[in-house]
Amino acid sequence: MNGTRNHPAYWAFLVHRLSGLALALFLPAHFWLLGSALQGAASLEANLAWTHQPMVIAAEWGLITLLAAHLAGGLRLLALELLPWRDWQKTLAAWAAGFALLAGLAFAFAR
Amino acid sequence: MTRLEARLWLAQRATALVLAVCVMVHLATILYAVRSGLSAEAILGRTRGQWGWAIFYGAFVLAASVHGAIGLRTIAREWLGWRHGSGVAATLLCVALALLGWRAVAAVVMS
Repeated sequence: MNGTRNHPAYWAFLVHRLSGLALALFLPAHFWLLGSALQGAASLEANLAWTHQPMVIAAEWGLITLLAAHLAGGLRLLALELLPWRDWQKTLAAWAAGFALLAGLAFAFAR
Repeated sequence: MTRLEARLWLAQRATALVLAVCVMVHLATILYAVRSGLSAEAILGRTRGQWGWAIFYGAFVLAASVHGAIGLRTIAREWLGWRHGSGVAATLLCVALALLGWRAVAAVVMS
């Protein structure tokens, strides 16, 4: 592994990009499921029943964590690009990771 | 940077700022919803006739569609080397995501 890839900023970039990709792939399914309410509550309920499986709940936890990671990573990027605090890169990346983990845990305990 | 790239960069950051607020509200809403029940009746009971939320989520969908499409275009160009046609594909994806998302918002507010 070269020096660039061993830097926290590289991992922050990779997490941000992969979490964004996963969320973009998830969105159509999320919208389609909610849109099934147009056929009535029974139709929505039938689709929601599928989401009660343990594997789907685990995937939901993963998505919440990725959403929080993408949010925190995005705020980090905006701060780096728009504010003059570049020395804080590592600290911001650590805060982003901590926030994502916290959001994932909050969802896991609530579910 | 071409004028198009500059505009896309600006649109990506502007939508990121909108999404930062929307995602924080959405994460809080998810935690509340998970604790209050995720059956079709429970969901629709909270959303039916809530036009304020419809406007909020309508704006959220638009920002996410633009942001996601620009992000996927960047990934297609940088990781897949897909230069020709990635802009058209991203535009179509943006429109499809927005329509699917607004359909979902309408479904849970009006059904």
